[in-house]
Amino acid sequence: MDMSFTQQEKAFQAEVRCFLQEKLPARLSAAVKAGKRLSKADHEEWHAILAARGWLAVTWPKQHGGTGWNAVQRHIFEEECCAAGAPRIVPFGVNMLGPVLIKFGSEDQKAHYLPRILDGTDWWCQGYSEPGAGSDLASLQCKAVRRGDHYIVDGQKTWTTLGQHADWIFCLVRTAGDGKPQEGISFLLIDMAIPGITVRPILTLDGEHEINEVFFEGVKVPAENLVGEENKGWTYAKYLLTHERTGIAGVGFSTTGLAHLKSVAQRQKAHGVPLADDPYFAARLARVEIELEAMKTTNLRVLAAAAKGGGPGPESSMLKIKGTVIRQEINDLTRRALGPYAIPFVSESLDQGYNEEPIGPDYAGTAAREYFNNRKLSIFGGSNEIQKNIIAKALLRL
Amino acid sequence: MDFTHSDDRRMLADTIARFVRENYAFETRAEIIQGDDRFAREKWADFAELGLIGALFEEADGGFGGGGFDLAVLFEELGKGLVVEPFLATLLAGRAIALAGSDDQKAMLAAVISGETLLAFAHSEPQSRYDLADVALKAERDGDGFILSGDKSVVINGGTADLFVVSARTSGAAGDAAGLSLFLVDAKADGLTRRAFPCIDGGGAAELKFDAVKLPASALLGARDRAYCVIEAVAGLGILALASEALGAMETAKTLTLDYLGARKQFGRPIGAFQALQHRMADMLIEIEQLRSAVINAAGALTSDRLSREKSLSAVKYLCGKIGRLVAEECIQLHGGIGMTWEYALPHYCKRIVMIDHMLGDEDHHLARYIALSKEAAP
Repeated sequence: MDMSFTQQEKAFQAEVRCFLQEKLPARLSAAVKAGKRLSKADHEEWHAILAARGWLAVTWPKQHGGTGWNAVQRHIFEEECCAAGAPRIVPFGVNMLGPVLIKFGSEDQKAHYLPRILDGTDWWCQGYSEPGAGSDLASLQCKAVRRGDHYIVDGQKTWTTLGQHADWIFCLVRTAGDGKPQEGISFLLIDMAIPGITVRPILTLDGEHEINEVFFEGVKVPAENLVGEENKGWTYAKYLLTHERTGIAGVGFSTTGLAHLKSVAQRQKAHGVPLADDPYFAARLARVEIELEAMKTTNLRVLAAAAKGGGPGPESSMLKIKGTVIRQEINDLTRRALGPYAIPFVSESLDQGYNEEPIGPDYAGTAAREYFNNRKLSIFGGSNEIQKNIIAKALLRL
Repeated sequence: MDFTHSDDRRMLADTIARFVRENYAFETRAEIIQGDDRFAREKWADFAELGLIGALFEEADGGFGGGGFDLAVLFEELGKGLVVEPFLATLLAGRAIALAGSDDQKAMLAAVISGETLLAFAHSEPQSRYDLADVALKAERDGDGFILSGDKSVVINGGTADLFVVSARTSGAAGDAAGLSLFLVDAKADGLTRRAFPCIDGGGAAELKFDAVKLPASALLGARDRAYCVIEAVAGLGILALASEALGAMETAKTLTLDYLGARKQFGRPIGAFQALQHRMADMLIEIEQLRSAVINAAGALTSDRLSREKSLSAVKYLCGKIGRLVAEECIQLHGGIGMTWEYALPHYCKRIVMIDHMLGDEDHHLARYIALSKEAAP
């Protein structure tokens, strides 16, 4: 049992820090640290910088243009990026579709789509959930009917994150209606420029536009856009969801978030004393810090075991639940720390160009908003309730 | 022992509930909060006509209620409807005038109750957090009058008020409860600037800057240096009001969630059939009833001795914060993705519930205060 970083790992950490210092544009990290809105161009700029270094596809094997990093390296990279204020990598093409294509796609599909993910030509979004199929994803109804060398797609997807920026959508579609629902699902790649596709914004509770509904009406999709075998899509989806889950502990976000929270707690005063020294707040801070330190090790343990076993299993559900609860707690404390100054909300102040005087401290403007927006963490990516079902069934065998 | 409300109070509740049902749909409110004022002056006029502003004041001051249970009933109904009109601001500033004002000053309350004059209570400051005694804004003697200099922060409905009740330090050191005074300041006073902004839970507030604002002697409200007990008293009314409002909002959030659990089908059945969710709703019910009881305790204690009163007010505000967070987070979670959308009423209720903890002292502040008060009571 050895928890310290090896010499190689320390060297890797230094290399990552050096890269971030040199290549992460100050404008972007300032925006991220201040909780400002990022544009599509901002994300693309950062992806291009990472891709130039060969560090965009951290979960892909080297032969496909990935980094080939192990769990510890990916963990170090995530922590350092968060600490430096790097924009979060948009996961849909790189971390979700990429691994599915690598494992289940045809050679032609790999040769065609993977480079376009890496060089930013194609911005992908995810077509999974539907209004009637959330936790019960397998009950999805979006149909794909084979007609000669095309599928005709009809239906609706929802909660499509950043769909407004996307060129392509990977969709779970129903290709067979009889038998078990899971056995009639296919995985289809759809060009969003095809006629019959409509994207409509859904505003979240904080008034932001990050998710959408996507409607398909008689959309003609070439049959070669099917990934793997017809009616085997559920297997690919499950594979993707477990892949999605390893990043979902959000350890990097929590570490950076906690550091920011402590800084806020030093600067905020209650009865003339820094909030960090108020016994009640200090207790809250200590509790979440203790949980986070344990979570970091749980994260590494699960990833290390997964590396040996060839892929993350149901243990990743633990990471999803605990990781999101800790992140949400840090958001709650940051909001709490601001006292009355958590109340003002000037939406324009989240734009990068805004330079009027803040109301209250300059770090106040985003705290409540982030707290409310991040209530989604325990809902998406497989809700925490579903994750508990997975633990009960697959780990506890109840 | 009788836990039913009087006929008058039930009528008051029915009046507001009917108004909200017929004139204050969620979509209406969504539009209201987009406007510059962050509330609807026409709705305020409607409330005035229904006599609801009068419910904030005692009969002697031209109202018809103003007692603990009147406020609890009124604000619970406002919370159920997510009403953003300036009832709280009117309560805080108006009751300060009622408590401390001269006959001339109290005569102004008629225009407040009729909806013509908008009031706001300018007390908290950038550094004060929840400490009622932390007032640094100075009021210096200027002949018979005073000159006010300093800042007030997050003044609820401060952007639209016609008249402010402002706390200022006339003597004593920073943080002293002694040495505070209250003043009536016209919003158009020379040297007073305000910066209005939206609040994240709907409604609006403002930062105020007093730059050598000259006031006549008649602007002093109550006894000089001795305003703290008035401030504490109106803050107490405000705490009861906020806890009641939060309770009402929680009731609506709970109802919306219950309805959703019955309607939303996944895995071939309504998700309310799943035991795990049933248990969580049961927990929520228990906690909301606990808060209701604490509101009753606080409303009843308003006329008790100071320590009993203040302990039950800190108790209800503590519970309001703790239970509010649970209810808000659970209701969103139990709705899944739809609980996160702007178009749906539920998350707006949750935002209001949570942000109430940022006014007049949060969960931790009141837990500490409860402990301190307990020590005072039994040294």
